[in-house]
Amino acid sequence: MIMLKVTDLKVNYGGIEALKGISFDVRQGQIVTLIGANGAGKSTTLRAISGLVKPSDGSINFMGRDITAFNSQKIVAEGVAMVPEGRRVFANLTVKENLKIGAYLRKDKDEIEEGIKDIYRRFPRLKEREWQLAGTLSGGEQQMLAVGRAMMAKPKLLMMDEPSLGLAPLVVKDIFSIIRDLKSEGITILLIEQNANAALRCADFGFVMETGRITMTGSGQELLVNEAVKNAYLGSN
Amino acid sequence: MKKSTKNLINIGLLILMFVVLYFLEQHFGRRSMLITVLKKGAIYALIAVSMNLLNGFTGLFSLGQAGFMLVGAYTYAVLTIPMAKRMAVYQYYEGGIINFTVPAIVGILAAGLLAALLAALIGLPVLRLKSDYLAIATLGFAEIIRAIIQWDTLGPITNGSNLLKTYPTFKSVIPVFAAATICIAVIVFLINSTYGRAFKAIRDDEIAAEAMGINLFHHKQMAFVISSFFAGIGGALLAMYQGSLQANAFKSSMTYEILLIVVIGGMGSISGSVMASFLFIACSEWWLRFLDTEMYLFGGTFKVPLMRSGFRMVVFSVVIMIVVLFFRKGIMGERELWDLFTPRRKNKEGVKQ
Repeated sequence: MIMLKVTDLKVNYGGIEALKGISFDVRQGQIVTLIGANGAGKSTTLRAISGLVKPSDGSINFMGRDITAFNSQKIVAEGVAMVPEGRRVFANLTVKENLKIGAYLRKDKDEIEEGIKDIYRRFPRLKEREWQLAGTLSGGEQQMLAVGRAMMAKPKLLMMDEPSLGLAPLVVKDIFSIIRDLKSEGITILLIEQNANAALRCADFGFVMETGRITMTGSGQELLVNEAVKNAYLGSN
Repeated sequence: MKKSTKNLINIGLLILMFVVLYFLEQHFGRRSMLITVLKKGAIYALIAVSMNLLNGFTGLFSLGQAGFMLVGAYTYAVLTIPMAKRMAVYQYYEGGIINFTVPAIVGILAAGLLAALLAALIGLPVLRLKSDYLAIATLGFAEIIRAIIQWDTLGPITNGSNLLKTYPTFKSVIPVFAAATICIAVIVFLINSTYGRAFKAIRDDEIAAEAMGINLFHHKQMAFVISSFFAGIGGALLAMYQGSLQANAFKSSMTYEILLIVVIGGMGSISGSVMASFLFIACSEWWLRFLDTEMYLFGGTFKVPLMRSGFRMVVFSVVIMIVVLFFRKGIMGERELWDLFTPRRKNKEGVKQ
């Protein structure tokens, strides 16, 4: 079943066309990745889906509803959560407060407490740091917190913007195993990565973006062995 | 500690505070320096906390506080001057056009409400600005408000640039503390609620907050309106403290004084703002007063240099510079007084790892 359907999406920043009409689908239960170089429009795509920028044209359909004109609150309420680029945890709030902010739109108090416990089971390190200010966590821990915070919204679709950015290789491995775990629990994931290799390895489906357009599509495996992708994004290894 | 025990301790401490205040007042007298400083300190504490809600907790750098205090002070004074006295107060405007009087408590509430209403209107355009631009715009609005109140055409209501007086005031320190305590308690309650957490999230990272589904404008507007409400009430209390009222006293330097208190106490610390208020008022009204008078030592043979009228402000400025250079986070930083007594729950295993 198609969960998210983006059709001919265009976004302008001032006079600059950041997205020149892209279309793609995300199927329920899959990991879908957008890869591409800097400035290809990957982050803009996520921002448009989560309502942080208004598209100038095209439509975004989530679970059969047109959410193109929704603001970010409504979109979060529909079940689309985002792990923003560069983690962006609330540095002066404690780990626990960060998680509670993730559940901001939820009203079920008891279940929120349950949700926090669930996050702690998944990331025991966060439990240890429960009362620490998020700004004092390491990069990897902050990324865990950013994922946990997004999970607190009980999303159907989790969008992650460069989760491996600026993290040590071992930590990057952890992050990708977390992404696989989330998938096995039935969460659909839209992943943006510059680390194309790792992203394609765990993705069911991938889209290659170049200067505001989607230039290639295919399953993760297909793209991994594709010569053009290899040359442009994977390096010759 | 359980929440109920905590509440009991807090209530106990508050009762103790009022008992101590009562005995201090009995012992030193209502007009003593100590009681005067306590009165003004409590009013400034309320205003500083209201400013901290905006600048420290929501991250909106607003400099309009004096304007909202002015609106509150005038609303209170205009509404509560007794009918019999109006002819004398509004002598240049034939007694003014307001021919009713409300009780003091209604006047105080009206002061807060009108300041809040004005904030809601000003907030619509102004809160779309950020950092310095927001500061400049709010500062400008405060000045405009002051000019409008002194406008001669509005004289029948505001008495123009003439004094407002003979409105009800307080004699004892108890009602001031009661009002300030209630208001600060409401703000503390708000900050510890879900809304407060959202304010802090906006302060830390607007974009991430928006991505979490927090409505930025709605929350900023709410913080602005609530802060102004309490600034208005603070203004009304200040009018009561002063006994007479003139718009000219509410210049931007008053906003800076309050900003100073907030910074010295710690942006994002309620108890810091409260402590800094009392310290600031005690220093400027009492402890550093001696610097403003000439002093002779050794039986009048040696005149201490520099000590003359205005020197107090020089010393004050130096103290501020020291605070800014060496205690950038203020007395409390972002901690609260009660955090110092209840250490954060430490996870033993977590510390070991």
